Amino acid sequence: MKLLIRNGRVVDPKSGRDAVGDVFVADGRIAAAAGTPDRTIDAKGLVVAPGFIDLAARLREPGYEYKATLESEMDAAVAGGVTSLACPPDTDPPLDEPGLVDMLRRRAKALSRARVYPVGALTVKLAGKQLTEMAELAESGCVAFSQANVPVGDTQVLWRALQYAATFGFPVWLRAEDAWLAKGGVAHDGEVATRLGLAGIPAFAETIALAQLFELVRATGARVHICRMSSAAGVALLRRARHEGLPLTCDVGIHHLHLSDMDLGFFDSHCRLEPPLRSQRDREALAAGLADGTIDCAVSDHTPVDEDQKLLPFAEAEPGATGLELLLPLTLKWGMERKLTLAQTLARITSEPARVLGVASGRIEPGAPGDLVLFDPNAAWRVTSAALKSQGKNSPFLGMELAGRVRATIVAGNVVHEA
Amino acid sequence: MTKLPDAERLCQQLARELKAQVKPSTAMIGIHTGGAWLAERLHAALGLQEPLGLLDIAFYRDDYAKQGLAKDPKRSKIPFDVEGRDLLLVDDVLHTGRTVRAAINELFDYGRPASIALVVLAERDGRQLPVCAQRAGAKVDVPAGMRLRLKRDAQGRLSLELERGA
Amino acid sequence: MARNPQLNGNGELQHLLSIEGLPREILLKILDTAESFVGVTERDIKKVPLLRGKSVFNLFFEGSTRTRTTFEIAAKRLSADVINLNVAVSSTSKGESLLDTVANLSAMQADIFVVRHGSSGAAHLVARHVKPHEHVINAGDGRHAHPTQGLLDLYTIRHYKKEFGGLTVAIVGDVLHSRVARSLIHGLTTLGVPEVRVIGPQTLIPAGAAALGVRVFHSMREGLAGADVVVMLRLQNERMSGALLPSAQEFNKHYGLTADKLALAKPDAIVMHPGPMNRGVEIDSSVADGPHSVILPQVTFGISVRMAVMSMIAGGG
Repeated sequence: MKLLIRNGRVVDPKSGRDAVGDVFVADGRIAAAAGTPDRTIDAKGLVVAPGFIDLAARLREPGYEYKATLESEMDAAVAGGVTSLACPPDTDPPLDEPGLVDMLRRRAKALSRARVYPVGALTVKLAGKQLTEMAELAESGCVAFSQANVPVGDTQVLWRALQYAATFGFPVWLRAEDAWLAKGGVAHDGEVATRLGLAGIPAFAETIALAQLFELVRATGARVHICRMSSAAGVALLRRARHEGLPLTCDVGIHHLHLSDMDLGFFDSHCRLEPPLRSQRDREALAAGLADGTIDCAVSDHTPVDEDQKLLPFAEAEPGATGLELLLPLTLKWGMERKLTLAQTLARITSEPARVLGVASGRIEPGAPGDLVLFDPNAAWRVTSAALKSQGKNSPFLGMELAGRVRATIVAGNVVHEA
Repeated sequence: MTKLPDAERLCQQLARELKAQVKPSTAMIGIHTGGAWLAERLHAALGLQEPLGLLDIAFYRDDYAKQGLAKDPKRSKIPFDVEGRDLLLVDDVLHTGRTVRAAINELFDYGRPASIALVVLAERDGRQLPVCAQRAGAKVDVPAGMRLRLKRDAQGRLSLELERGA
Repeated sequence: MARNPQLNGNGELQHLLSIEGLPREILLKILDTAESFVGVTERDIKKVPLLRGKSVFNLFFEGSTRTRTTFEIAAKRLSADVINLNVAVSSTSKGESLLDTVANLSAMQADIFVVRHGSSGAAHLVARHVKPHEHVINAGDGRHAHPTQGLLDLYTIRHYKKEFGGLTVAIVGDVLHSRVARSLIHGLTTLGVPEVRVIGPQTLIPAGAAALGVRVFHSMREGLAGADVVVMLRLQNERMSGALLPSAQEFNKHYGLTADKLALAKPDAIVMHPGPMNRGVEIDSSVADGPHSVILPQVTFGISVRMAVMSMIAGGG
């Protein structure tokens, strides 16, 4: 299928290109020359960018089909302009067996929407005791290994896991949070939690875990990607570690760029997230850290939760927010607030996550995979249950208007979503 | 324009009329707020032995469901035993009779009086319940849409006034 | 999500969920109204017909005989019908959610829900989902708030000290886990008490305490100096096992209210406690039963305060 996309504002963050022009896709890849197209899309007034790459999106299969299904979440992904996504291993059962990974990949492939990169479990059942067969899992398609939101309490196990992963050169994606300090906590340990009477997780739960991780990285040489930064102090530590040259990358959840613990209001369980939303100062540091490159990329951390699990007192509500369809508008909002160019803004959800993932997509140049998104950066839409394709309607932004609407999503040269 | 009677004169007139009926055992109760002011004056003028009782009917009104709790509820205080007593219940204006109904209900929660006689400074048409005053200072014609109120100034002088309202 | 859910469009109280967020005028009105109810509790017929025909449902997810009893007495004195639901043994233990339980009761014509729950924010959640004519009173949610206790504490202080201005109030003990402390602190700061202190070991004082407007003390000697009011908080046994404190004995030695520590406060200082007391732990019997103690009057005032809250909330308009 030869596809010609005409007259769009083509933005390629990797090269810095930002100009009106045409993009030609043939045989599933971006092509240099334009032959006779089978289909032409007029992208006048739209931005043509590489398809978004989301390093954390829960598809809820296997095991959590009552929360969401692969179909609904893949629809949500492409509706949000996401052409590649990595899914965390905290399914039921967790992705600790090659058979499960295999099945997931085949199911996803059959749906022919976004590309799915499973992240395997670092320990069996994510229990933090026994290593998984990482080599087998890698062969089945796992791109990295992670504990999702389940911390490894036993530092010795963590050390061995990193040594083992380093042996094969497998990346390990970890949340920096001390298991004991975070135990029982549901909100940032600060003024808001004190007023609301919520058990707090201090910021030093993150910095202590980071310091520990840095030492283990120095000792093992493992390639570690730190997931979901949450604090200003953490960002500062990270800056020093990057300066030192440690082989680290990291991301931040899209919600943490915009919300703080003030947004909990009167116990809004849509703001019950992991890691917790911290103070305004922390939020500001995260937004600045993403802008100056201390943090590599933004992720949706998409977590569909059914309403029943949110209609509970704050501490009992299930954490998580729906995010695939808000990745674009929230990234654009962040970029505008930081006064960045569109190319700089989009880099955080295209070329940068591509680099972390080690894939060829995330750029527009001949030979690159034909993954593209066409969007109107100025189109405003209201976040409502009906407007979201995901089965997860749990969003702190419900009822609010955001700017940035995807008009078409193309994966491997096929139009998989049009609006 | 209705000429309103002089409240001070009415008060003295009532005191004269009541003097004949009061006994040492007579007990007087004033209904907040206007009735309480009047009762204080009458109690002093009549030289009653028994201390004055004061009633706030806020918790016995029949319009709680619509209007909610009154703005400034005061504490009812009946410093004597109501049981078997002859009571003089004092209020400023008798209109619909609902205030008196509430006051009687409240009094019966304190005990069972031998009798209750109602004394008011002024009465006007518009009874909605079968209530009447044993002694009334004057009958006043109040135009529709207006309310008759007792006022007390900083020096303690009483006066009757008309106000817009039901 | 910003509108104060406790007040209706006219700024009147429709739910009582927390003292925080209530304007000064409403707090004072509650105290004044409670004052007018004291007369009712002092006469033979301790009833007024205000809430006749209304149903008050006591929805207690956490056991508490005393609080439930005072709410029941208050409701009955207002002539309301009272239904007690000790939910620990009923449908919710079978997995029915909090909101489903409330919805079922709503179908049984409830007017007022008095809710006590172990999770902070539970009362707010219920208030967001009840029908327009239904009212919610928070009888304690997790560590967050216990507004009627805070109000009766304020009433008690006003009764003995007359004015809030110029007072030094010290709150001692497990502030971290205390909804009583949080509610009282909000009430005191709203009513203009200039010096509110919390006293306790670092493990029992929350991180954001200073932001609540209190001065933090770790020493009883310093914290009690010149106090007009001393409020002792109950210490729960679980705190001993949670690595927060080593033992009740050590706590009593440094933070328990003994006669000699009380001597540091003003000579006419009053001693308060929300109850039930752990004698010999946070408070010695000699103090609890002594001349400074107003612990029993607190309980009596609690009935008038709860009557005031219920009658202000359930009134029409």
